[in-house]
Amino acid sequence: MAAAYFDGRATGVERQPPRLMLAEPILTMRGIARSYGDVRALAGVDATVYPGEVLGIVGESGSGKSTLLRMMNLEDTPDAGTYHLALPGHEDRNLFTLDRFERRMLRAHHIGIVYQNPHLGLLMNHTSSGNVAERLLIAGKRNFAELRERARESLDASEFPIERMDARPRELSGGMQQRVQLAKAIALEPAVLLLDEPTTGLDVSVQALVLDTLKRLQRDRRITMVLVSHDLGVIRTMADRVMVMRRGEVVEQGLADQIFQDPQHEYTQQLVHAKL
Amino acid sequence: MNVHISASRSPAPVLRVEGLSKQFEMHHLKRTLFAFENIEFELGEGEFILLRGENGAGKSTLLRTLYRSYLPRAGHAYYHTSEGVIDLASAADVDIAVLRRREIGFVTQFLNARPRVAAEEIVAEPLRLVGMPHVEALAEARRWLAAFGVKPQLWPAYPSTFSGGEQQKVNLARALILPQRLLLLDEPTASLDRSARRALVERLAELKASGVAMIGVFHHPEDVAHLIDREIQLETIRIADEPDDVAE
Repeated sequence: MAAAYFDGRATGVERQPPRLMLAEPILTMRGIARSYGDVRALAGVDATVYPGEVLGIVGESGSGKSTLLRMMNLEDTPDAGTYHLALPGHEDRNLFTLDRFERRMLRAHHIGIVYQNPHLGLLMNHTSSGNVAERLLIAGKRNFAELRERARESLDASEFPIERMDARPRELSGGMQQRVQLAKAIALEPAVLLLDEPTTGLDVSVQALVLDTLKRLQRDRRITMVLVSHDLGVIRTMADRVMVMRRGEVVEQGLADQIFQDPQHEYTQQLVHAKL
Repeated sequence: MNVHISASRSPAPVLRVEGLSKQFEMHHLKRTLFAFENIEFELGEGEFILLRGENGAGKSTLLRTLYRSYLPRAGHAYYHTSEGVIDLASAADVDIAVLRRREIGFVTQFLNARPRVAAEEIVAEPLRLVGMPHVEALAEARRWLAAFGVKPQLWPAYPSTFSGGEQQKVNLARALILPQRLLLLDEPTASLDRSARRALVERLAELKASGVAMIGVFHHPEDVAHLIDREIQLETIRIADEPDDVAE
């Protein structure tokens, strides 16, 4: 009964536990499988994200966590699997069936992403405000004054020093570059904000400030986030729920405090004990 | 069965626990640690249950299992929400997360302070999460910090630098600022000075009178003697110390 249910959890199978349905998912992925040549990156992964929460995805290099995030950003199409976002006023369809243009539009309006490497997310020779405005342009905003005001507002919410909004990212520190990426990602209030190792490579003190900004955004704007990190400390600080991945599979998932205090799977226990 | 219930009466039910068991599987040691077995009790609105037992009898483990920081091994914990009954032992994580935000509180002696967040913001957060405007939430937070005896000059400071006792007060103010339906108290008075202890007990009495159900472990149960409706005695059960003593 309960034991069988929890054994199911420990094998990484997505359980169907009793629900009161106090919350409906905003993001649902089912059976995501992807191989690159002989390398199996994802082996039928299920993921569910609920509005306003931070889902942490943790695992070592090669676990498939970043590949899964790229699937959520529609940068790649899996060999198998479905992806749905609950967007008001939108037809509910498997997003992997969208063509390139539709994907670009969906991303521009509804999905934000912050990469570990700012070169992936920013035009380093354009101004910071221009980088944010570019996002708004893709989404069809054309009024110059509005573009600038919204870019300013978004940079401010990301706790970027506004007096530097016309500096180019290449002139900025790593922490500031991440704030520009963040401002760009939240400029249109995305349904989900994807964070791929957003603080990896930053000094610890800068890392704490960026995490604090993210936490504040989550609290004040109820932005739903999926955070990928190999750093258990980051996941522990940020996540409400945690998915543990290894070799393209989810080995365990649960509430963050449960994953850290009472990990069930042997691999999760190793991971948590290695950290503590 | 290792539970003795000393008295019983029945107001509107909040929680009914049946056959709840917890053990820890420690894979790297190939061992099983038995925490408690076959716990049964009921808790109604405005009732206060004191957990008793020696160190290691599983008192804190029981609280954490009800809060789902620990996963139970077997049994049920039927919790009556305003939207129906749900088994805390097997409910979906997301439902547990919602219940924790809305109606189940956990008070521990340890504060998990986030870096660079002011004490008053930490305390105000539960109110902000249910939609109270920032200014109001902050005012309420300051009122509670004052009630627990945290000096005003510390309110805008980061609690990660506070002493254990001061951190504990911030923690209590945060945990008790939003009236809950079920409150799990894990030695909330440990490391508190006398005036903070008094403020805490007064707040608990107030919450109890307003119908909040509570289960608690107290280092000094005499502090809350006047609040206790019932006691549950947990007895230490065997610890599988030998590798060949592992269950299954």
